[in-house]
Amino acid sequence: MLVSINEAGIYRSNKWLVRGISMSVHAGEIVTLIGPNGSGKSTTAKMALGVLDADEGKIVRKTKLRASYVPQKLEVSWALPIAVSRFLKLTNQATRKQIDAALEATGTAHLAKVEMSRLSGGEHQRVLLARAILRNPEFLVLDEPVQGVDFKGEIALYKLIEDIRNSLNCGILLISHDLHVVMSTTDRVICLNGHICCSGSPIEVASSDEFKSLFGEHAASGLALYEHRHDHDHMLNGQIKLNQESSDQITRSSIQTTTQAAKTQTDA
Amino acid sequence: MLDDFFIRALIGGIGVAIVAGPVGCFIIWRRLAYFGDTLSHSALLGVAMALLLDLNITLSVFFISLVVSLMLLFLQRRAALSSDALLGLLAHATLAVGLVVLAFMTWVRVDLMGFLFGDILAVTREDLAVIWIGGLVILAFLGVIWRRLFAATVNYDLAKAEGAMPDSTNIIFMILVAAVIAVSMKLVGVLLITALLIIPAATARRFSTSPEYMAVMASIIGAISVFIGLNGSLEWDTPAGPSIVVAALFCFIASLFPMPSWNSIKKKRASKFIGPQKERFE
Repeated sequence: MLVSINEAGIYRSNKWLVRGISMSVHAGEIVTLIGPNGSGKSTTAKMALGVLDADEGKIVRKTKLRASYVPQKLEVSWALPIAVSRFLKLTNQATRKQIDAALEATGTAHLAKVEMSRLSGGEHQRVLLARAILRNPEFLVLDEPVQGVDFKGEIALYKLIEDIRNSLNCGILLISHDLHVVMSTTDRVICLNGHICCSGSPIEVASSDEFKSLFGEHAASGLALYEHRHDHDHMLNGQIKLNQESSDQITRSSIQTTTQAAKTQTDA
Repeated sequence: MLDDFFIRALIGGIGVAIVAGPVGCFIIWRRLAYFGDTLSHSALLGVAMALLLDLNITLSVFFISLVVSLMLLFLQRRAALSSDALLGLLAHATLAVGLVVLAFMTWVRVDLMGFLFGDILAVTREDLAVIWIGGLVILAFLGVIWRRLFAATVNYDLAKAEGAMPDSTNIIFMILVAAVIAVSMKLVGVLLITALLIIPAATARRFSTSPEYMAVMASIIGAISVFIGLNGSLEWDTPAGPSIVVAALFCFIASLFPMPSWNSIKKKRASKFIGPQKERFE
């Protein structure tokens, strides 16, 4: 277990940005967060990373967790003269060979000497990813990693993320707006809207009418779309396994917020 | 042969320029120009406090700058006012309070112009010791936190997520800025310190290919400005502090002219290889 969030929430400017979030990420697992704008996806990710402290609930991280973060927004102003190869060493030391390998893996080897502020959107994202994998992370958080990437590149990038998971065996928390593309790579999907509204395997979430109306047609939106029943079965299997490791500390690792689910776990 | 006071002014000025270079780069990268301005304005209050309580001026200025920067941190978290309004408020409030306090102390004769615009030609040996020792300490600290500070400058969230401790690093940086102001105030004056911090750094950007290189370049350009400014000041009998800033400004303007620098040649070469540009036309 890398990160476990239990009933956590963040309170800012007199309102709860997110509340009642329970989820966990294990090594070698890709968990995808989806949800409309302002639903607290980035906030949840920052909470998992410890960038934001939870105002309620509990967050347990593996000790000395080596995390890498690709933030949603990272602007490098022109005033900062920094080439891609130097940017890759932002928070860690690295040899020339490691840098070349990371750039090679993300198809950006030709950009090593180019300044960060001169990159196009797609190049920028791939360089951010290269920097993240260079750290050989145990826990990788990717906040909208494919923004500014064309469709072809998007598929390649998700393929790359899957490869990273397989080769580094790291846990990945992925934030995406498009479930259809990430479907094949992701193990678990969590649908957020200030709280966890539904979760499960991508197939389960995608086949639900609610999801189709939410993400298939952009016009359709609103709370009504979230009124669907919580499905537990799939998740429960994984959780029982988890709770054997640390039964009392981490009770509800992932998606269920219903007491029923908690009860089942305690019994297990 | 130059007069002794001139040599002292030169050594002191160059010392300040060397420290101001790297610190000024961070001020530009972090968009803190107005923050530096606010701190330096508050320095006059530090001077007033020192005279009132019979303290060491440098220490008093350092202390007041520190208090103001911490107050700013606190207010930014609590108050509804925007940062620039808070900065303006603090800058001019502290300057005004400083001036009023100084005016009340009729028993001390204060060379106000000297504090506002610096009195580089009256630099003593002790001042030189303060500048050079203080400057080296500041640079040493900056060197220690450089990597983490740079990460926090590029992206706070990323630095925090990856264990670069941006909060403590940012506070150390604020202390260093306060120290730079305290050390250099006597030379360039409270109104012109920010200029010496940001103009050489802005000039250096044009010629720089890496952050470290830009920091060194800013120091060199600052030192050149001090040299030209002081000589100009001696030649035309102009005030030393403003003359240095004018020299720095000339360097900046000169850097704007197109010239085939290494940088632009490299950029041209690099841009040839940017593959995705081609993709975009497909």
